[in-house]
Amino acid sequence: MNPARKRTIRLTVALSAAVVLAGALIYTSFSASDPTVSPSQLIAQAVPGRHYELTGKVLAHSVRHEGEVLDFSVKDRAGEAAVPVRYTGEVPDPFKEGREVVVTVEKQDDKYVAERNSLITKCPSKYKTAPPKGKPY
Amino acid sequence: MASLGSGALIFALVVCAYGIGASVYGVRNDEDRWIESGRRAVYGLALVLLVAFIVIEVAFLKNDYGFNTVADTSSATTPLFYRAAAVWSSQEGSLLVWALLSSLWSSLALFLVKGKMREVAAYAAAILLAFDGFFIALAIFYANPFNTTSPKPLEGAGLDPLLRFPAMIIHPPMIYSGYTLCIVPFAFGMGALIARRVDTEWITATRRFALAAWLFLGVGIVLGALWSYSELGWGGYWEWDPVENAALMPWLMMTAFLHSAMIQEKRGMLKVWNSSLVLAAGTLAITGTFLVRSGVLSSIHAFGGATLGVPFVILIGLMIACSIYLVVSRREQLSSSHRLDSLFSRESVFLLNNIVLVGLCFVIFWGTFFPLISEMATGQAASVGAPWFDRYTVPLALILVLLSGIGPVIAWRKASVANVKRNFATPVLAALATLIVLLALGVTSKLFALVMFCLAAFTIGSVTQELWRGTRVRSNATGQVPPRALLGLVGRNRRRYGGYMTHVGIAMLFVGVAGSSSFMHAAEPRLSVGKSIDIGGYRMKYIRPTASVTAKNDAAETGATLDLGAVLRVSKKGRYVTTLRPSEGYYDSDEAGVPPESVGHLIAGTPVSHVTLSSNPLRNVWAAIEPDLQAPKLQRIIAAGNKTIPIDKPEDGMIALAVLAREYLAHPQAAKFNLRVQPLLMWIWIGAIIVAAGGLIALSPTPRTVVRRVSVRAARRRAESGLARA
Repeated sequence: MNPARKRTIRLTVALSAAVVLAGALIYTSFSASDPTVSPSQLIAQAVPGRHYELTGKVLAHSVRHEGEVLDFSVKDRAGEAAVPVRYTGEVPDPFKEGREVVVTVEKQDDKYVAERNSLITKCPSKYKTAPPKGKPY
Repeated sequence: MASLGSGALIFALVVCAYGIGASVYGVRNDEDRWIESGRRAVYGLALVLLVAFIVIEVAFLKNDYGFNTVADTSSATTPLFYRAAAVWSSQEGSLLVWALLSSLWSSLALFLVKGKMREVAAYAAAILLAFDGFFIALAIFYANPFNTTSPKPLEGAGLDPLLRFPAMIIHPPMIYSGYTLCIVPFAFGMGALIARRVDTEWITATRRFALAAWLFLGVGIVLGALWSYSELGWGGYWEWDPVENAALMPWLMMTAFLHSAMIQEKRGMLKVWNSSLVLAAGTLAITGTFLVRSGVLSSIHAFGGATLGVPFVILIGLMIACSIYLVVSRREQLSSSHRLDSLFSRESVFLLNNIVLVGLCFVIFWGTFFPLISEMATGQAASVGAPWFDRYTVPLALILVLLSGIGPVIAWRKASVANVKRNFATPVLAALATLIVLLALGVTSKLFALVMFCLAAFTIGSVTQELWRGTRVRSNATGQVPPRALLGLVGRNRRRYGGYMTHVGIAMLFVGVAGSSSFMHAAEPRLSVGKSIDIGGYRMKYIRPTASVTAKNDAAETGATLDLGAVLRVSKKGRYVTTLRPSEGYYDSDEAGVPPESVGHLIAGTPVSHVTLSSNPLRNVWAAIEPDLQAPKLQRIIAAGNKTIPIDKPEDGMIALAVLAREYLAHPQAAKFNLRVQPLLMWIWIGAIIVAAGGLIALSPTPRTVVRRVSVRAARRRAESGLARA
């Protein structure tokens, strides 16, 4: 076989493989992904049995420990809508009221049950742009 | 002081503008004086930024809370060690550090190529100054580290306790160094394309910077993983978080470039590919910086308040547009002088390795930016989790480890059957022996781990064989004892053998990943004193609680005000193994929203797990604790302290904490533990150290005298053997 024809065949095979792999990548990313929603979006569109990645702030005075279960509510970053979340698993150190969290939840009746160990809490100080605050003493 | 710092920043911006103008004018008009002046502007910029950095560093060390950034990220109770490093924990401080490091590396690069590549270096100087100018402008107009408040606060908010970990002191400068070093080959690559000088000279001149970028990024990534494992209390080291991925992507591109650059140097091939890789690595380094500071993606790292998205998008857009234009418009100069002779050659293996690395990078890029991609495509943001990443990265990692074993032993140009038989027998035997041993041990349930162990044995066997052969030849030729011959062999060709060492390190690192992820045992029990739990063949028993109180102004270790923990006895089949002492540190807080309570305030900061582990090459036993601070008796002590102790008497508040600690010891409540047994995890760190050592060896210059001496001896031997044959 002449070298030019050989190179064309190799290139065609390589490009075809790349296209197939890219197609698989795109297909699986859409089929395996969880919608990222705020509490207000979750209230509006949650379907039982489907997983959602909920992002927002932990509502003040909403955190309750019941044995292994942690109950808390997540509210919109800039709004008032809030959803109750029932969580089990590791609780990140920075978790507390007012902090931004990301948690994967599923609607069950009127509650949102979190996937075990899915709670992520954002680190509060890194790259923050809040003005400095003085201490009272 | 603040005005000195602000003045230095503004002067630095002027120096950038001048240097860009001088370099471009000089190269366009063939004026060496202007080119030299542009180069000196880079050196001058480094000095000016060093002054600015010293000003802000002194402010941190002197607790000058008039500086907003000092008040925001430091405090009198922040230990000195961490106070010095708090500069790069804030947006504004890190921008300054980025610009400073970039100017220092740029100065070094331009100093080393002085007298060479006149045009390319001049364009590179202008591009490097443009990047520095961008970051300096951000520091001046968006997040100025020299902004002040008057009257100054009496105390600062303190460095986030999570960042008070030794690895976190050096992790950010390592990552920033990696990112800024990626820009050096980018600038020289761009310069070469603009000047149409796309031969191997620019690659040879900047290869060490590409290697240094790879090394610094790699060390930074591993330190970040170590911090995650040791500090975050979840027992993992990698989460496919956007910020982790941001550093990994340029590292993968640089890995690909370091391999393919060899093909251009040896065979004059892959010029388009190499230029594209360098430009992509530089663009990804800036993209990584953008990810951290733009707020565009959700991450465990805080992005919420960051506002630098638009300038970064413009810069990245410019980098991509210029890269594409230059590569396309210079395609004739970039055409290769040779073609692949055979698919069974080292060039082909390197090319395949490049395709896998770029594919890996693309997968990670797609997964990282999928929330934006899906929102654009469907109107609904969605994200993919770790299982999706694992589905693609695991097989690609297996291929990479296999190729890292094939690469060192396959012949250049075309591998013959004899070459294959001679060079692959030992590695294949090593892999088969590993497989037989593992099957005999009953390791059959985890296919990924089984394949990875065998491929790692193949790679280690391949490199060991190369080292052994080289050592034997050198030992025979010079009469040196084998260890000395080995050292001489490595010293004579540091780039080659440093590279081989990194292959061994990568194989070991993946053995650690495969072992710890496939065979991990974990439990999160709630245990009372005297109770125990069995995990992965180990029994862990809660022996007694521990508690300590640190006086508020005693900057001990991490500056925790209160530390509550436990003593765990670990045994295996009734025999004592080790004692673990996990604890949780509580910190004073000045965060917005924390109520002004004299006692509650002292422990309202982010609690931090002080993880404890027993580690050996076979397994890690890891423990973290979450004490029940919500227990009614403890809460009553806090409430009583809040009620009776004035807010301006923090010392009295510490007494209340001492009472709380005593109660915790006297009447211990059940505590929640996070316990893990992770086989082979130590090999991740051992592998990383070997990779770094290999990178350092490859980075170090080969002494010319040694090369000459060995060459003379070899020539004499060849002459003697020729005479003998004659």
